[in-house]
Amino acid sequence: MNSKHSKDLARLDRRDLSWYMDRLVQAVMFVGGISAIIFIVGIFVFISKEGFSFLFDGFSFTEFFGSINWRPTSENNKTFGALALIVGTASITGMAMLIAIPFSLGAAIYIGEFATGKTRESLKVLVELLAAIPSVVWGFIGLTIMNGVIIQLFNVPVGLNVLNAGVILGLMAAPIMTTIAEDALKAVPDKYREAAEAMGATKWQVIRQVVLPAAKNGLVSAVLLGIGRGFGETMAVLMASGHSINIPGSVFDSVRALTATIAAELGETAVGSDHYGALFTLGIFLFLITFLINLTADLVVRGIKRS
Amino acid sequence: MDVPKTLEQQTMWRGVLGDSSQPVSGGNPGSGQLKVEMPNQALAIETTKLSLWYGTFQALFDVDFQVKQGLVTSLIGPSGCGKSTLLRSVNRINERLGYVRTEGKVEVLGHDIYAPGVDLTQIRSQVGMVFQRPNPLPVTIRKNILFGYHLHTPRPTTKSEDDAVIESALKEVLLWDDLKDKLNAPAINLSLEQQQKLCIARLLPIKPTVLLMDEPCSALDPKATAAIEELIWGLRGEYTILIVTHNMAQARRASDECAFMLMGKMVEHSKTEDLFVTPEHQETADYIEGKFG
Repeated sequence: MNSKHSKDLARLDRRDLSWYMDRLVQAVMFVGGISAIIFIVGIFVFISKEGFSFLFDGFSFTEFFGSINWRPTSENNKTFGALALIVGTASITGMAMLIAIPFSLGAAIYIGEFATGKTRESLKVLVELLAAIPSVVWGFIGLTIMNGVIIQLFNVPVGLNVLNAGVILGLMAAPIMTTIAEDALKAVPDKYREAAEAMGATKWQVIRQVVLPAAKNGLVSAVLLGIGRGFGETMAVLMASGHSINIPGSVFDSVRALTATIAAELGETAVGSDHYGALFTLGIFLFLITFLINLTADLVVRGIKRS
Repeated sequence: MDVPKTLEQQTMWRGVLGDSSQPVSGGNPGSGQLKVEMPNQALAIETTKLSLWYGTFQALFDVDFQVKQGLVTSLIGPSGCGKSTLLRSVNRINERLGYVRTEGKVEVLGHDIYAPGVDLTQIRSQVGMVFQRPNPLPVTIRKNILFGYHLHTPRPTTKSEDDAVIESALKEVLLWDDLKDKLNAPAINLSLEQQQKLCIARLLPIKPTVLLMDEPCSALDPKATAAIEELIWGLRGEYTILIVTHNMAQARRASDECAFMLMGKMVEHSKTEDLFVTPEHQETADYIEGKFG
């Protein structure tokens, strides 16, 4: 009796190939799952470590955020004023959003609410293709085509400016914003549309009074992610903005972005120098901003699920 | 109120419900005899040779169907028999799907609603619809009721007009006492019964003549079902009500006329008591006895 019982138990406790396979796969998946956390922490530690040499020695808060003089290589008067760079990034991103928000929300509403069947599917594929265009190609378009167009169209001396970079960045950010906004519209249960239509609402009344309010959180987070994208974009902005340190007075002024500064200068600084540390401090600042924007977007999306 | 089981109980209950309803010309709802004589009753809905296809699948075959004004007419039949499709073609909500083709004629109060140039908004203000799952909009109770009212009122309305509309709509569906203090609460937090009543209430300010109900009680428990049935019976007379139901007992106790559909065809349509007591067709008899479905 007793021996039969233990035999039964032994049969349950079998460790065969599938058991080991299961364990192995679990372990691999676990590593994959937490790798994102490891990388994000690792990156933050790395840029902090490199930036701290400057942050604790030679960093002046008022100069960094208050001065427009970014002269990291000056012989006798080095200054690290990032204000012009911050304003440059902000103005390009602002311009980009002026372009991207109407385009992406319009595209999302068309794809999500109006288009059907093949039109809808092919548009979705095209939008995703657009999101996959390398940023250097966009920068190339800004540098060659947009530059000439702006000079011709507005009769200005330089075509590499806030307008150029903003338009390019707006077109770059629009596809990803469209995709997220369309997901938000798709998440609105169809029964709401049906209810409103059954009461005699027209398509536009349904969209404006029912769908958009219900998808509000998702749409806000799409815009926020677009802004995050704008702050972080480097290559296209470097090529299209004119890359001159300047507080822009109009959209036709050239500016320089935070990201472009790091990309252009980091290769030519001595590791461990003040300049090197200052560039990493710009990196920390960028990292914090994009992190905050993404966090906000995430919290906004969570807001949808709760309600 | 318990769901009545025997015919006698049903009859009594019917009488109780009948008392709260609007008097219907020729009808005698308070007598407890289920007799609703309505000769020459005007038609609210009339379909003529109505056929409907979803893509290549034909869901309705030459359906001729008449719904008399002021009555509750129920549509019964097994799943997939086309009863919901028929109901949904009366306010053309079927067309949302895009791949629907309709042939034949549907007249509401004598107007062909599939005629070219007909305004969908107009049709839907005449023909309100209540769905299987309560579907209040994700806004406040107040805005739910005002939604349709504002759509169909071309001029801006004052707050006192709005308040009056809300009060009378909620009173008509017996929700006013429960909800008058929380009109600004989200409608989706209400109980299912209250949600379904609200879905009926928000149709009333539009002043429809026909109310379509697609299994309005199937998501509700027996007590809520009884409450909604009572409400439907109370709206009878003022509105023409066409109700699709899976529940034969419901059709039997809460409708004046009953139509049985099978495989996209109208098999039989008569007074409810006749259909259940002396069905003319073998299929009807088999279905109401529960031999299939």
